[in-house]
Amino acid sequence: MLHEEILHRCFRCGYCKMPSNYIDLNCPSYLAFRFETYSPGGRMWLLRAWLDGKITLSKRFSEIMFSCTACGNCTEHCPFPNFKDLLLEAFTAARGAFLDEGRVPAGVRDYLTRMQLHGNPYGLPAKKRADWAGGTEIAPFTDQEYLFFAGDEGSYDTRGQEIARSVAKLLAKAGISFGILTMGENSDGNDVRASGETALFEELAKNNTDLFNEKNVKKIITLSPHSFNSFKKEYPKLGGNYQVFHYTQVLAFIIGKLKFRENQDPVLATYHDPCYLGRHNMDYYSPRMILSAVPGLKMAEMDRNKQNALCCGGGGGNLFTDVLSSCNESPARLRVREAKNTGATIMAVSCPLCAIMLEDAVKAEGLAGDLRVMELSEIVNDRIM
Amino acid sequence: MNDFIRQLADITGPGFVSSEPEERYLYSMDQGTMSPAEPDAVVMPGSTEEVRKIMLLANKYKVPVVPMGGGLVLSGLTRALHGGIILDMKRMNRILQINPKSRYAVVEGGASEGMLQAYLKKHHPELKHSMPDAPPIATLAGNICIHGSGHLSVLGGFHSDMLTGMEIVLPTGDIMRTGSCSVSPEWFARAPLPDLSGLFIGWSGTTGVVTKLGIRLFPSYSHNDMLIFVCEDADLMPDVISRLTGTQVAEDMTPWMTPKPEWARGFLHINISYGAHSKKELTFKRNLLQASVKKYSDQKIAGFLPLPPTEKSRFLKIPSPDLVKFADIRKGGGFEYVGAIMAIEHFAEAYRAGLQIARMYNVSYSMGARIIGAGHAMIFFYAYAFNRADPEDIKRAQHALEATNTAALEIGGIPWKSELPAQKQIINKMDQNTFNLMNQIRSVLDPNHIMNPGNWEK
Repeated sequence: MLHEEILHRCFRCGYCKMPSNYIDLNCPSYLAFRFETYSPGGRMWLLRAWLDGKITLSKRFSEIMFSCTACGNCTEHCPFPNFKDLLLEAFTAARGAFLDEGRVPAGVRDYLTRMQLHGNPYGLPAKKRADWAGGTEIAPFTDQEYLFFAGDEGSYDTRGQEIARSVAKLLAKAGISFGILTMGENSDGNDVRASGETALFEELAKNNTDLFNEKNVKKIITLSPHSFNSFKKEYPKLGGNYQVFHYTQVLAFIIGKLKFRENQDPVLATYHDPCYLGRHNMDYYSPRMILSAVPGLKMAEMDRNKQNALCCGGGGGNLFTDVLSSCNESPARLRVREAKNTGATIMAVSCPLCAIMLEDAVKAEGLAGDLRVMELSEIVNDRIM
Repeated sequence: MNDFIRQLADITGPGFVSSEPEERYLYSMDQGTMSPAEPDAVVMPGSTEEVRKIMLLANKYKVPVVPMGGGLVLSGLTRALHGGIILDMKRMNRILQINPKSRYAVVEGGASEGMLQAYLKKHHPELKHSMPDAPPIATLAGNICIHGSGHLSVLGGFHSDMLTGMEIVLPTGDIMRTGSCSVSPEWFARAPLPDLSGLFIGWSGTTGVVTKLGIRLFPSYSHNDMLIFVCEDADLMPDVISRLTGTQVAEDMTPWMTPKPEWARGFLHINISYGAHSKKELTFKRNLLQASVKKYSDQKIAGFLPLPPTEKSRFLKIPSPDLVKFADIRKGGGFEYVGAIMAIEHFAEAYRAGLQIARMYNVSYSMGARIIGAGHAMIFFYAYAFNRADPEDIKRAQHALEATNTAALEIGGIPWKSELPAQKQIINKMDQNTFNLMNQIRSVLDPNHIMNPGNWEK
């Protein structure tokens, strides 16, 4: 197994379970299940034990491994500089090994099968991928400056589609030259890779890079931080070299040029950092620059913010596989409680997965009248002239 | 056992009980050198009432119960030596009350050191508690029950000295309180009552389960600083420590001696941290500390290390993540230490014994101490790193630890949170009537002998 040489070096000190301010627990799967086995250190020791023949590959062990959302809290806070960066890679490799053994939770199996067959996690036809843009003036990509990549949630999920249209509307209003692909693109594959299915990821990525290269794509704006991460960090290794931006990074630069309506009602908002824009790519400020430009909007930070942000629980394919469960202490439900405690009435997000997870959690917590999950462009669109 | 586990699940909900091989494996050991001992199940209670029901059930079936906090004791005290259940207390992690005027906090039995620190920083920045050097996930209850110490131990003594009261669930399922909270709604002190808290501190989980506790808080200063005193002669250390603690201004004093980094080899250092409400007060305290050991500085046989501010901030970080990095020194994820509690006049003897043992067993070592109170005692640490993937290396560390325990006892010290072999060594040296009384107390509190059996036994 790749990186097996680091497994025994974990001391299980537990820094990986917490944010740097120690205010609460911060590992999504440990928060949900609370057994040491579901913490990053627990995984490290179990994997070593499995490779040493001390435990066998069981249904529970598989669930332990696939309940990790790859949020990166462990790599962020592990105090061992010589191997901390490899923790998630080791877990990914282990999941790959479990896949090779055919021992994965049913939800993961079904998720990957849909990806394999349809190129998206919803199992919907590829030809419907651009349907989200129907009725808008969004042009197909030809020779515009940017390709706008809506990703799986932006293309197929009802809420994700609303967000994709909102972002596209704002980009157009800001005068950004962009187009979308209408046929042939696949999932970015980011979470397929995190689930350990490397070959499928490479297949998805190759399909996309072939298409992007054929269309002469040079610059990409992504809706999802997951796509952003994949295109920026993984695609170059497979021959896909593009200038990649998350949409907040583009909007942060032009937000000052937008004209907002005057006399806006004051509102208190809190911002939820998505893992793949924040911890994985260390951009905590583009979204905050956008929010700070909105007249009448004041920010209240949650205790766990920026590199300490609590994951919504949707990463690593968990939005679709639900291995992490939707119990009372699910990360999404804890996160909306934390948002509510700031006094904010808007929970701002910049990732369609987070929006879906957190909106469900708001409903489950009975907070629908108190807290509204809004994607950043929706907040801006509501307030510009 | 299956029926018992089903009944446990009825108490906590099925999600918080496991008898699966994964949990049984992981909870069979800690990070130290003691060999694994598997529990039959792991249970995570969410309330005192759940703990009570679990204890009633375990007592009825005579199933061993091993309470566990952060599981970071390193000396194997939370292993299920006779099977039974591990009671992982970390779901009970709420901070229940802060009394800012009488300066105490009341927390649940699984509350972590880090969470209390963060809570105070956010809600009561004028207060702090004594953080141990353990990782922040370590629990307050666990640390207090082992007579832990920390960054305010010169000021406030052992962490067990800072305890103001407890709520305990006895092995029989009775819920009892110690300290003022047994009489009053407030948790301000253990005095003036018979000190029943002592029935649960230092017993390695063999007498009851802590579900709540009160702990003293201290002023948090706006200005903080530290000094490092250095000398080459270990024989000077008791007098140096006595002089420095005599000023009564330090919050914490931790001597340390390591062969790495190179510049530190052969020298004995003492980190002295102190704080103040103003710069003027800070300067006054620094002057007092420096004046106390002027005798040695003037002779140029010892002195204070000049420290750039960046280095100081590293030393002032509490807890310091640098300490656990010692576990990777042999690229093997393991270290364990003997912390021997002893009188400070034995410093030089303890240091030399450590050097000799490290040489004899060829182990990567680090030595240090924490001064308790105004030099009333010290915990002298001998830490040995080992490679968990190398059984020979583990054995070497084990032998070094055993030799260190023997040496500590010969010097007149007592191994702290001692692993099983060291417990037996202590019992052998212990006054027989003391040990008899321990056993009598234990059989009254725990008639079926279900609490962490195997510990504190001959």
